[in-house]
Amino acid sequence: MANGAALEQNTTAIWGGGRQPFGVSYGKMMMWFFLLSDALTFSGFLTAMGLYRFKFETTWPVAENVFTHFPFLHGEHPLLFVALMTFILILSSVTMVLAVNAGHKMNTKGVVLWLGLTIVGGFTFLGSQAWEWYHFINGDKGAIMAEDGTVMYFTPVDGEGEIISVYELITGQEKPHGDHSEFKTADMIAAFGLNDNMTLRMPGKGTEEGPITLSREDARAVMKNASLLQGAGMRANEYGNTLFANFFFFVTGFHGTHVFSGVVLNVIIFINVLMGTYERRGHYEMVEKVGLYWHFVDLVWVFVFTFFYLV
Amino acid sequence: MANNNAYPSEHHDSPEGTKWIWKVFWILLIVTTVEVVLGIIKPPALTDTHILGTTLLNVIFIVLTLGKAYYIVAEFMHLGHERKNFIWTITLPIVILIPYLTFILLTEGGYLNSMMNM
Repeated sequence: MANGAALEQNTTAIWGGGRQPFGVSYGKMMMWFFLLSDALTFSGFLTAMGLYRFKFETTWPVAENVFTHFPFLHGEHPLLFVALMTFILILSSVTMVLAVNAGHKMNTKGVVLWLGLTIVGGFTFLGSQAWEWYHFINGDKGAIMAEDGTVMYFTPVDGEGEIISVYELITGQEKPHGDHSEFKTADMIAAFGLNDNMTLRMPGKGTEEGPITLSREDARAVMKNASLLQGAGMRANEYGNTLFANFFFFVTGFHGTHVFSGVVLNVIIFINVLMGTYERRGHYEMVEKVGLYWHFVDLVWVFVFTFFYLV
Repeated sequence: MANNNAYPSEHHDSPEGTKWIWKVFWILLIVTTVEVVLGIIKPPALTDTHILGTTLLNVIFIVLTLGKAYYIVAEFMHLGHERKNFIWTITLPIVILIPYLTFILLTEGGYLNSMMNM
């Protein structure tokens, strides 16, 4: 406590020297320095992912084969849902600037409206992320895991590497929208044995000739000791390299945690605004400080969007 | 109770009104739309051209992303309107450290890849 009191005394005379360094208040500057360190943490995550993407260049799962769902729409819609999430976050960033702007004019009603909408945007984004995690974890097409842990997809021998779902291999019909039936390894191996036109391919973009596809003979040898893999977890995932799901969970999870804490901060400030705390204080700089954090969350998503989903 | 909150930051005027906010919104929205459209159609002319160790399409994505980041930081976070020495205090560590880290890790990633294929 003694330490805290000393700190308060020191900052009372505007940072001790009677003058604000850089013309920025203590709280706002510390928020900037925190965001600076947080930016380095996120770049640590993204560059670590880059390291493994470069290492497993030919077999790293292609995001547009993985994130293909859109609510209420059938078929495959790569990128659309993430684009919607990006849009939600940009919009909530705009409402946050409008809240800060209203705060500068001491317009309490404006701050309540725009900060309220920002909180709604934050919850919408979190909901979208939960939806995406749900589909990622449940899986889509299913794959096999070879004895050595390599994940491979089914593909026709005479095809161009299109991915055949386990559902289609076993039942012979196209996988219905939103189907999550679980199959047995034995049934999969039996269906594979009967279907002479089916082989295996590696995940990823492959080499210049396209995805790396096994010959029917090699695929039969692999299938002898293969097991069925549906869905995704930390130990294995049907999309390919284990690290792919690990990075998905950590990068989007760490970002989601930031969004969640941003929403919590916004709610606290929102309550303070309603109670008239900043009206009495004479300025709304607190809205500006949480606004900085909120924009940072948007900023990070811009990079996650590019380096996880686009590139 | 004397505290720090009695002294807000010095005020730097933003342009009047809210027009500039919506302008930045449209810039961010249009750039994102361009990225998504390019990501979906993947024009062969852009994916087949290689530049700076990757495809031209990826280079375009990265440039557009940095452009979006600039608008968020400079306008929404208001950093562009702070004092010059504060702007440099915040941006220099980022501008130096992140490209450095990226360079090291991607180079090592490429090396690990070449070792796997031996």
